[in-house]
Amino acid sequence: MVTSAPPIVEVAELHVRYGRCAALKGITLDVRRNEILGIIGPAQSGKTTLLKTINRTIDDVPGAVVTGTVKVEGKDVRQVEDVFALRRKIGMVAPLPVGLPLSIFDNVAFAPRMAGVRNRRELAERVERCLRQAALWDEVKDRLDSLGTKLSGGQQQRLTIARALSHDPEILCLDEFSIAIDPVTTMRIEDVLKELRTRITIILVTNLIQQARRLAGRTAFLLNGELVELGRTEVIFSDNPANRKTYEYVNGIFG
Amino acid sequence: MNDHHAVFQATPLTRRKQCSEVIAMVVFLLMTSLIVLPLLLIVGYLVYQAWPILSLDFLLTSPKHGMRAGGIWSPLLGTVYLVVLSLVIATPIGVLAAVFLNEYARDNWFTRIVNLAVINLAGVPSIVHALFGLGAFVLFAGLGKSILAASLTLAIMTLPVIIASTNEALAAVPMAFREACWNVGATRWQTIRHIVLPNSMSGILTGVILQVSRAAGETAPIMFTGAVFFKAIREGHLFAYGLFDQCMALSMHLFTISTQVPDVPKALPYGIAVVLLSTVLAVNALAIIVRVYLRSRKKW
Amino acid sequence: MLIRRRWEALTEVAIELLIRLCGISAILFVFGIFFFVFREGSGFLFHGFKFLEFFGSTEWYPTSQSHVRYGVLALIAGTASVTALAMLIAVPFGIGAAIFISEFCGSRLKETLKITIEMLAAIPSVVWGFIGLTLMNPLIMKLFGAPIGLNVLNGGLILALMSLPIIVSVGEDALKAVPDSYREAALALGVTRWQLVYRVLLPAAKNGLLAAVLLGVGRAVGETMAVLMATGHAVKIPASLLDSVRTLTATIAAELGEAPVHSEHYQVLFIIGILLFMITFVVNLTAYLFVRGIRGK
Repeated sequence: MVTSAPPIVEVAELHVRYGRCAALKGITLDVRRNEILGIIGPAQSGKTTLLKTINRTIDDVPGAVVTGTVKVEGKDVRQVEDVFALRRKIGMVAPLPVGLPLSIFDNVAFAPRMAGVRNRRELAERVERCLRQAALWDEVKDRLDSLGTKLSGGQQQRLTIARALSHDPEILCLDEFSIAIDPVTTMRIEDVLKELRTRITIILVTNLIQQARRLAGRTAFLLNGELVELGRTEVIFSDNPANRKTYEYVNGIFG
Repeated sequence: MNDHHAVFQATPLTRRKQCSEVIAMVVFLLMTSLIVLPLLLIVGYLVYQAWPILSLDFLLTSPKHGMRAGGIWSPLLGTVYLVVLSLVIATPIGVLAAVFLNEYARDNWFTRIVNLAVINLAGVPSIVHALFGLGAFVLFAGLGKSILAASLTLAIMTLPVIIASTNEALAAVPMAFREACWNVGATRWQTIRHIVLPNSMSGILTGVILQVSRAAGETAPIMFTGAVFFKAIREGHLFAYGLFDQCMALSMHLFTISTQVPDVPKALPYGIAVVLLSTVLAVNALAIIVRVYLRSRKKW
Repeated sequence: MLIRRRWEALTEVAIELLIRLCGISAILFVFGIFFFVFREGSGFLFHGFKFLEFFGSTEWYPTSQSHVRYGVLALIAGTASVTALAMLIAVPFGIGAAIFISEFCGSRLKETLKITIEMLAAIPSVVWGFIGLTLMNPLIMKLFGAPIGLNVLNGGLILALMSLPIIVSVGEDALKAVPDSYREAALALGVTRWQLVYRVLLPAAKNGLLAAVLLGVGRAVGETMAVLMATGHAVKIPASLLDSVRTLTATIAAELGEAPVHSEHYQVLFIIGILLFMITFVVNLTAYLFVRGIRGK
C-alpha cells in the first residue's frame, strides 16, 4: 500500500482561527497519492476546517485566519494564482447532500461548463461517466431532465459525488458523507470509493469510526484541533496505538 | 371529591378572563377593519364618481380645450415613458447593489453604512428628491427639464424598492448552493449568474413591479424635473415624446386638473384618479400574483 | 483555451468592479442628494441668511416687494401639527392592527390583510390629496361647520391613512421577532391573551414598535402632494384642528415653480429642503438603530 512517491497534499503547522476561537492548532500531515486517508475525531475537532483550507474555500468564511502551509502537488495553495483551477483539482463532498436547483444533467455538467467545456457530446459523455462512477446512472438515466433537488437524500448524495468527480479531480474529499443517508446507500457509496481508490486520492472525513476502518489505508485522529495520531489503519484500530486517547476514542470510551 | 364534573368548569375568574379575551379580539379586529375599510370606500367612491366618463376613448384622446375636455392620452403616454425609462435605469443598479450587499460584502462597518444609506434613500422625502433632481440633472448635468432628468430622479428615488426586494430574495437562496458551486471551482460571478440569480427571480421581479407602481404614482419628483401642465403631442403616435422633451404625466395631470384648472367637468378628475389608481393597484396585484406563483414552483 | 481563460478572468474582475460600484451607489446618491440640494441653497445660506429669523419668525413673505421675510416657524408648526395628529391616529390603530394580524388571526386572513395593507400603501399620494380635496373637504365642512375643509384635520387624517401601512408592517415584523417561547411560557402561566399582549409582547417588541412609529413619522413629515392638496394654504401657527396650515414640503412644491432660478427665494426653498433632509435622516437613523437593536439580541 505505502508508496514512496511524493505526497500529493502536505500540511505543515496549520493554524486556523475563527475570531478568538482556534479551530486548528498546528496540524502537520501528508496525504499520499492514490490512498484513502481516513480522518476521524469527535465533533468540533477541526476536520471540516482542514478540508476547507485544502481547497481554499476557507477564504469565503468571514473572520477565518490561516497560518502555516498547505501544499497540493508541491505548490502552496495560498500562492496559487488561479484558485478556481485549484478547486477543480479537488472534488469536495459536503456532509449534507446538495443538489443544485438544476436538472440532474446540468448538476453534473455544471463544473465542466464553468471551466469552459461547451461541446455537447463531450459533456454528455462526461455526465454519463460520472453518474456511473457514482452508481447513480441506472436510477436516473431516463430522467436526466428532472430537478436534482427532487431526488431522494441518498440519490442526491451520489449526485453530489458525481458532481465532485465531474471536473476530473485528483483528490476527492468527503466530509461525513453518510450523515444524512441510510446504511444501504452508505454501503453502495463505500463500494464506489473502493473502486475509485485505484485512480484518485481520497480524503475521507468520517464520524463513523468503522467506515475509516473498512476503507482507509491510513487514518488520522483529530481532537480539539490537534492531530493526536496518524498511522496505518491497522495500527490505529489495534489494541496499542501510539496514543492512549486514540485507543479510548476508537473503542468508544469517550467522544 | 365526588363532584368530578365541576373540576374543569369555568370559575368566575376564568369566565372573566374569557370575556376579556373576546373583548381584546374584537378591539383589535375593529382597529384592523378601520384600516381596511377606507381602501374599499375610496376605490368605490372614485369609481362611482368617474363612471360616466370612463371609456376607451377617454384613454386614447389627448386633453382638449384647455384640458377641460378630451381624454388622458398624452399624460398616460408620458407616464409610460417615465416609468419605463426609470425602470431601465434603476433595475440593473438596484439588483447589482443587492448582489453586492448579499454576495460580496462582509458584515462590517462598511456594509452597515451601505445598508444605512439604502434605508435613508428610502426615507428621503419625495420633494427633496425633486430638489436633488433639479439641482443635479436639470441644472448641473444640463439635461434641462426633460423626460431623461425626471426618469433619473424617479430611478434614484425607487432604487431602495428594488434593492430591498432583491436582497430578500438573494438571502433566501441557501448558502449550501453557493458552497457547492465554489467547491467545484465556479467563480463568484459564475455562481451568482447561474445559481443565485435564477433562483431569486421571483423576488427581483416583485421588486421591479413594485418599482413600476411607485414610479407611476409619484408626482413631486417629476414636477420640477420634466413634467409639465400641458403639452400637445401627435395623436395616436407611440413615439410622440423624445428623451429630452418635457412630458405630461398622469399623476401630475390629476394635480393640475383638480387644483389649477377651473370649471372642469365634474367626472374628469375622478376619471384620471381612477385610471391612475387602478393602474397602480393592478400592478401591485400582479406583483402579488408573481410572488405566489413563483413561490409555488420553487425548486427546492 | 488560455486566451479564453484570461478573457474570462478579466470579465470576472470587471463584473466584480461593477457590482461594487453599484453597491456603493446608495452611499453616493445619499451624499449626492445632500450635496446638490446644499449646493443650490448655499449661496444664500452663507450670505444674508438669518438663522434667527429662519427658525424664530412666523413671517413668510418671500415675494413681498418691501418686507421680504423668510421665517419658517409657521411652516414647521404646520408640519408638526399635521404629523402629530396623524400619529395620534395612526400609532394606536397601526399597532393594534399589527397585534391583530400577528397574534389573533389565522394564516389565510393574515395573508388577505397583509395584501390589503400593501394595496393601501400603493395608493399614490396625489390620489390621497385628491380624496382630501373632493371627499373629505365637503365632509368636514358639513360635519364641523368649518368655513373650509382643507385644514389640519383633513391633512392629519389623510397622513394617518398613508403612514398606517408602514407602521403595521414594521410593527408586525417586530412582533413576529418575539420568540414563540415567550408566548408559550406566558400562556402556560394562565394569562389571558390581553395580558399576554400588554405585559409580554409590547415590552418585548418595544424597540421594533418604536422603529415602526419613527418610520411612520418620517413618512408623514416627508409627504408632499397629499398635504399640498388637503391642508389649505394658510401660513400660520394653527390654533385648532380646523385651521388651515402649510407644511414645509408643500411650501417647496407650491413655490419652487414660481421662484426664479438662483433667486433668494429659490435658495431658501432649497434650505428648507436641507432641513427636511436632516429631519428625515435623523428619524430614519434612529429607527435603524432601534431595528438593529432587535437583531443584535
